[in-house]
Amino acid sequence: MHLHAQQSHPPAPLLTLNALDTLWLQVTGTLCNLACRHCFISCGPKNDNHPFMSVSQVAEAISGARAKGVRDYYFTGGEPFMHPDIFRLIDIALDAGPLTILTNGILIGADEAARCREIFDSSRHSFDLRVSLDGTSAAANDPIRGGGSFEKIMAGIRALADAGLNPVLTVTEVDEATPESREKFRTLLAAAGLQRPRMKFLAPFRIGREERRGRSYERFERLAEGDLIEGEEELLQCASSRMVTAKGWYPCPILIEESGARMGGTLEDATRAIRLDHPACYTCHVEGVSCRT
Amino acid sequence: MSGRSTDTPGSDRFTIAVFGGVYNNYLALEAVLEDAQARGAVSKYCLGDMGGFGPHPDRVFPLLRDHGVRCVQGNYDHSIGHGLDDCACGYTDPRDNHFAQISYEYTRANTSPENCEWLRALPPELRLSLAGRRVLLAHGSPRRVNEFLWESTTPDPFIERLLAEHDADLVLVTHTGIHWSRQLPDGRGVINVGAIGRPANDGSTAVWYCLLHVDPSTKDLVHELVSVAYDHERLAAEMRAEGLPEEFVETINTGWWTTCLEILPAKERHRSRY
Repeated sequence: MHLHAQQSHPPAPLLTLNALDTLWLQVTGTLCNLACRHCFISCGPKNDNHPFMSVSQVAEAISGARAKGVRDYYFTGGEPFMHPDIFRLIDIALDAGPLTILTNGILIGADEAARCREIFDSSRHSFDLRVSLDGTSAAANDPIRGGGSFEKIMAGIRALADAGLNPVLTVTEVDEATPESREKFRTLLAAAGLQRPRMKFLAPFRIGREERRGRSYERFERLAEGDLIEGEEELLQCASSRMVTAKGWYPCPILIEESGARMGGTLEDATRAIRLDHPACYTCHVEGVSCRT
Repeated sequence: MSGRSTDTPGSDRFTIAVFGGVYNNYLALEAVLEDAQARGAVSKYCLGDMGGFGPHPDRVFPLLRDHGVRCVQGNYDHSIGHGLDDCACGYTDPRDNHFAQISYEYTRANTSPENCEWLRALPPELRLSLAGRRVLLAHGSPRRVNEFLWESTTPDPFIERLLAEHDADLVLVTHTGIHWSRQLPDGRGVINVGAIGRPANDGSTAVWYCLLHVDPSTKDLVHELVSVAYDHERLAAEMRAEGLPEEFVETINTGWWTTCLEILPAKERHRSRY
């Protein structure tokens, strides 16, 4: 399995799947109500490269994962709340294990937030929401996530807070990553009613639309055999997770639009070892990135 | 497997006590040992993490040894024993790591070389055969010393996988600091015994441990999660005297965690004060 085979580079490390702990589901494919300039898979309203997953596709993937003893589930997209059957999908996942949804929050109004709260209270498994925002003001956020998005996202966060939920704010640090810049997000969340702020900060992946906004990977930004430090094989998320979309199975949430990354049409296809030869693998190595919360 | 040992108590009428997460809290350890004795425990087991958080690390070890407690090595014990730079607790938040480092450096500076050597020699797991069940005692999870097994993020299929992969019918762990248990329909399961070093983030100053008995009628294992009160006010005073963070003292005095909050899953965090 080669993610991005290039003969001019030395062989990349081969990583076996230790255990399938986490299943990612690209429930709304590449379709999103935003078109963020740093998106590593160029999601947007017109990108249907990966379409919505059907309820039966989601149920089948989760059933297979359950049989393998998967520990937790993540929904992402695109924007998962665009899916017309999103609450049915949530029920299916939470029956099998804990679920986290990565959302921009724009489609979460008072009704959706109340429903999420009911689910949160009634499920035996943890149900978590991660809302993405990239600046503490419209001036800082909207150039990346789109005009007017700051106010819409904050409305979603406030709706969740009003329902008594405490979503994790996810920030991709494209320009600034300092204690001071992070503290501003804490203050923002407190003002929105979240007195116990939960946050996750991510480094950008220089592929998809981010490659055009920022820069692409340099030639040296590749992994070669021997680059992984002791114990890292276990920590890399592709050692213990896989991604499924309507089009098949992939090593991780980052690479679903990259040529050669598709592992096949079944979960069994996706249990093979992978060669960490994509430049994005370099970011996971250097930054210690995990898409998990 | 390295570190594996098997004990089989001679009688089918017995009680054993299993606790973990001592975190230097020698006063709670005294109270738990006394409680277990009063409840008829014939053997006592500790699932590791002797240090961290509380005062006077070296006061824990004589109690464990004098009472014949059989111990598993936790991540903290491995780090202190080997003189590593941090506790390898598995926190991801900078604030949590900041406070973890304060207690780690205090514990490292106040643990004698003899006790470090003792910690270094602890096994990573213990195995028992109880009432026909294969019982595995580990620190975090059977597969990783610093894996957190929380109630809301440990689904049944995952438990089944852990039991199958580690040849066990019952696994007892600690590491999270919050006690819970799950029994599968066939009677196998997982027990997180919680921690005796600090309260369970529930607004009570008591700490928790586990008793295992054989049910006289079914002849199968049954467990009981037990809370124990101890002189937490004395502990708080000693923590202050040692210059430990007021945030830790508050937890001892109120039963609510003030640190290590970011590792909590959404459901467990929702029940927190902070």
